[in-house]
Parts: sequence; C-alpha cells; structure tokens
Amino acid sequence: MKESTKTTEGGRTNRTGLALSDHADEMLEVPELTRPTPSNGGIRQEHALYAKQSHAIGTVPPPNTAKGLAKAAMQAITGGKAVALVDKMSERLAFERTGVRLYEALLEKMEVAGKTFSGGPTRNEVQQIRDEELNHAHLMVEALEHLGADPTVMTPSADLVGVEGLGLVQVVNDPRTTVGQCLHALLVAELADNDGWMMMRTMAEELGQKELAKRFSRAEQEEERHLELVRTWLLAHARDQASMT
Amino acid sequence: MSLDILKEKGVPLEQQQFTWRDLVREPISKLDNDAFTRVRVILMNGILEESNRFLHAFARVNGDLRLEAARVRRATHHQQTQVNWLLPADQSPLETTIGYEQVAVEVTASIAQAEPDPYLAQIYRFGLLEDFDHIYRYSALMDRLEGKDANNILQSYTDIVPGRPTAVEHRAPEDELRRPYDRATADPLTKLNALTIVSGEQQTRNYYMNIGPFFSDPIARQLYAEIASIEEQHVTQYESMLDPNQTWLENWLLHELNEVYNYWSCLEFEDDARIREIWERHCNYELGQLHFVMDLFKRIENRDPAELLPKTLPEPIQYRSQREYVRDVLDKEVHYRARGTEMGEVEESEATLAYRKQMNSDGSPTEIVAEGYVWAPGGELLRKAG
Repeated sequence: MKESTKTTEGGRTNRTGLALSDHADEMLEVPELTRPTPSNGGIRQEHALYAKQSHAIGTVPPPNTAKGLAKAAMQAITGGKAVALVDKMSERLAFERTGVRLYEALLEKMEVAGKTFSGGPTRNEVQQIRDEELNHAHLMVEALEHLGADPTVMTPSADLVGVEGLGLVQVVNDPRTTVGQCLHALLVAELADNDGWMMMRTMAEELGQKELAKRFSRAEQEEERHLELVRTWLLAHARDQASMT
Repeated sequence: MSLDILKEKGVPLEQQQFTWRDLVREPISKLDNDAFTRVRVILMNGILEESNRFLHAFARVNGDLRLEAARVRRATHHQQTQVNWLLPADQSPLETTIGYEQVAVEVTASIAQAEPDPYLAQIYRFGLLEDFDHIYRYSALMDRLEGKDANNILQSYTDIVPGRPTAVEHRAPEDELRRPYDRATADPLTKLNALTIVSGEQQTRNYYMNIGPFFSDPIARQLYAEIASIEEQHVTQYESMLDPNQTWLENWLLHELNEVYNYWSCLEFEDDARIREIWERHCNYELGQLHFVMDLFKRIENRDPAELLPKTLPEPIQYRSQREYVRDVLDKEVHYRARGTEMGEVEESEATLAYRKQMNSDGSPTEIVAEGYVWAPGGELLRKAG
C-alpha cells in the first residue's frame, strides 16, 4: 500500500515544473513577449462595487417567532445576541457532522492500508475521536432544542463551514490519498474545531448560559485532545517519511 | 500505423458493454501525466458530447431511425462517461479550464496546418488567436485569485501571452458566419477537421456555462460570462463551415468517421499504457458504430458509403507543442478582424462595433483581470526583482 510521497512511481515523474521540461527555455521567453495593458486597480474597483451591492448570503431564522415556541432560556437572551448564538451553534453542529464523516473516511483508509507508519494512529484512537465528534453533534442538537431553535436549519455560518470543508472532504475521500496526507486535512479541521468550541463556551458564558457553557467546556477539552493527537501523528508521519528517503 | 476503416469492423454494437465500475476508472494524474494526455481526454469528451447532441437532434426529425440512434447514443454516452471521468478530483474547475484552452490552441493549430482548404485554414488561424488570448486571461485569474501558476497545467507546451484581445473578439452574428465547404468536392480531412473543432468549442461553451456560477469572485463570474460568449460565437463560426446540404445520414456517417479518426489520433500519441488501452477499446467500438451506420446508409439512402469515406485515414492530429506556429500566426495575424464571411485586414461592420460597444460599456472583465499581468515562473508573486 502506498504511504510514501515518492519521487517516481512506475516510471512516472512529476511534470508540472520547469526544470524537467524540454520546453522550459521557450517558456522563459514569455515575459519578454508580453505587452500587458496598464494596471488601473480594476479588480479592486469591481470587487468593491459588487460588495456594496450584494445582499447577505442568507439569514438566521429568529428562534422566538418560529411557532412562538422560544424557550425561557432563549427569552433571556436579547436582541442580536440570540441570532449570533444560534448561527454559531448551527455552524458547530454542521462542522461536527462533517467531522464524523472525515474520521470515518480515515478509518476506511487505514483499514485498506493496514499498518501505516511508526507512531501513527491506531484504529481505536480514531474510532474514539469519531465517536466523540458524533457526541458533540448530538450535544449541539440538544443545546439548540433547549433554546427553542431548530437544529435542522442551515444558517449562514453553517453553510460557510460546509464550503470551507469541501476541500477536506475531497482530500480524505480520494482513493489516491494516503493516511498521512489525510491527517493534514484533519489537522485543518481540528484547528478550526478547537477554536470553534472555545468560542461556543465563551459565548455561552457571556450570555449567562452556565449549564450550556459547562457542557461546551467538556467538548472543548476533548477537541484539544483530538488536536494534540493529530499533531503527534502528523509529526510521526513526517519523521517516518524522512527516514525512508 | 494506418487503419483500413472499410476492412476493420471493430466491435459490433451489441457487444459494446460496460459496468458502472468500468466507467469509473482511476483518473489521470494532474501532476505526473503529460499535459497532452489531459488534452486528449478533454477533446474526446467533446467529440462524444457532439455525438450525443447530434443524435438527439437526429432522433427528433428522423422518426423511423429513433431506435438505431438511441442504441448508438447509449454506447457513446457510456464511452463519454468513461473518458470524462478520467479527469481527477484534485484538478479544479479553473485548472480544467486552462486544459480546455490548451486543447483549443494546440489542436486548432495542428488542424490549421493540416487543413487543405486555404479559406478554412484562415478560419482556424483566426479562431486560434482568440482562444490563445483566453489562456492568458484565465492564467491571470488563476494567479490573482488562487495564487497558482497555470503553467503547472500547461507544462510549458503553450505560451501565456495576450493574443487577439478578448475585448475585441465580440462581433455581431452577421460577422460570425463563414462560407461552408462543399460536400461534393471537399477533402474528407476538411470535413473531419470542421467536426473536430466544432465539437471542442461546443463543449467548451457548455463547460463554461456550467462552471461559471461555481465561482464566488465576481470577476471570475464575469470572466466566464465574457469568454463563454466568445465560445458561443466560435461554435457559430465553426458550425457554419459545415455544408448544410449534407443529409442527416451523411452527417451521422461523418460523425462516426470522425470519432474513429480522433481515437486513432489519440492512440498514435498516447504515452500512458492505461489510457492507450481505453483509446484502443473505444476506437474499436467506433469502428463497430461506423459499420452500423454504413449499413443504414446503404439501406436508407441506397448509396455506397465509400463515396464519402477516405480509403485510409488522413495523418493524425499532432499532439505536440505548436508554439512556433502559434507565435508566427500571432505575429502576422493578431490584427485581423472579421466582416461578413471574410477575415483579414478588413474594416469592421457598424453592427459589430455597436454590439461590442454595448457589451463592453461597463468594462471588459478579460481586460480588468489581466491588467499589467506578465506571467513568471511560479506566478507573478515570485517574479524576481530587477
């Protein structure tokens, strides 16, 4: 099973750079052959024009108007704070669901790869992280319901973490990628997740939601452990690669 | 290697079978495969897309042959799937776009040189300089939006410099139509060239129309809108080269011949054994489809298909860098314009000037994105001072 990042494989070599190209000399003539039009800041102007005219990517449904069922906990949170809290909670829920799928993909990849590398993840360790991510998703569903918010809604922040996560999903599901390469995608996920839970706990504290803050704090601690583990595995992978070459 | 298309019967249509896993093979490597393998994969998708679209139009007006068209179309559809799914997931829509424009430049340049009809060769050179400009514009977008070097895709085979500026490529419909070849006297290669290029341009137009909305950046969205419009013009231009008096069955026969010719051309140049095997299999499938249509042609039109088919296939499309030729055409013809069916040092029509003025009146995205852009190895951010 592939695990290394090889310089050649089955007679294949990387053809993207100039150094190995038979046509590099002609390509290097390109700057001399180019007569560009002057720079007028056109891109910046166009961006500004669109930014000024654009509407929001979407809205957060107001929790206290949906069927008039806002819970007491939410009623205590006034104004835009409730909207901000629900938006970020929905974001975390969306991210945790994707996180479960990312770790499930890693588990499948590890199963096919067999033994991966010295100091790499064990199946049990990855399974535990996957299960904790799922628990965090359920925790967030309960928390949203506790506030009277709808956990099935895709809020703007939930939408955008989905967009951000697309690249991670592509990396871990590509059958050509290795466990080591996928761990880098998971590092990106865990870094964002760590800050995400820290923000959740802080928001809950500042809004006087003590019980929620306590539960979010437990999730935050588990996420810190996930990040440490992924970092350790990635470093072990880098050392393993270096020792192979 | 020559191919006797009358003698070689290929794989009979009823034996052209696939499974879902067979359709979804390991893709090519964006990093390790030769850029011309990607060029061939993209072009062949276009050739098969044209076949599908043609046969759908055919079925709408040839009620008696709907079943025959559907049978060939089903095989062709799955061939197209197998080919297009060779593009890898780590190749972004913008990177694939650079690949599409490399197809337009390198394949059109090869065809322009092989074309026996000087008027049609002029059309190819005219279109070539416009697609050539698109590479420069999209490369600027890729560099400025994503910080990536388009030459990682082009692999130094194709220049990244301005061609005929896209902003002046906008023309009124009456200046986009060309004179068609004459079905009775045109060289078979002329007919194949026209079908190949119109197929490539059509799929490019379709691709841009599909992926343009995937970009969040308004300049990228505008750029795809502007260049898709030129591709629409190009489809109009190249499709007008086809003799409108060709019968439906004559057209079908030519499509099948062109598919054989194109797969055979791919085979002649492919250096990846895994992909060669696909070209070979599909070439044999196309021979089977060609003979299927030859039988229909005999039966329905009471004509001998040998009237239309060449005894041997012409020289294959040359899948190698056409840089020297492109630079020469750029030097001599970048200032050419079109009026009516003619191209050269002509004064543009009022209709074209008015249309262009209207479309560019809020600015031209292709100009905006490439202001001051000069390609450098690794992208403009890595240009060394001095």
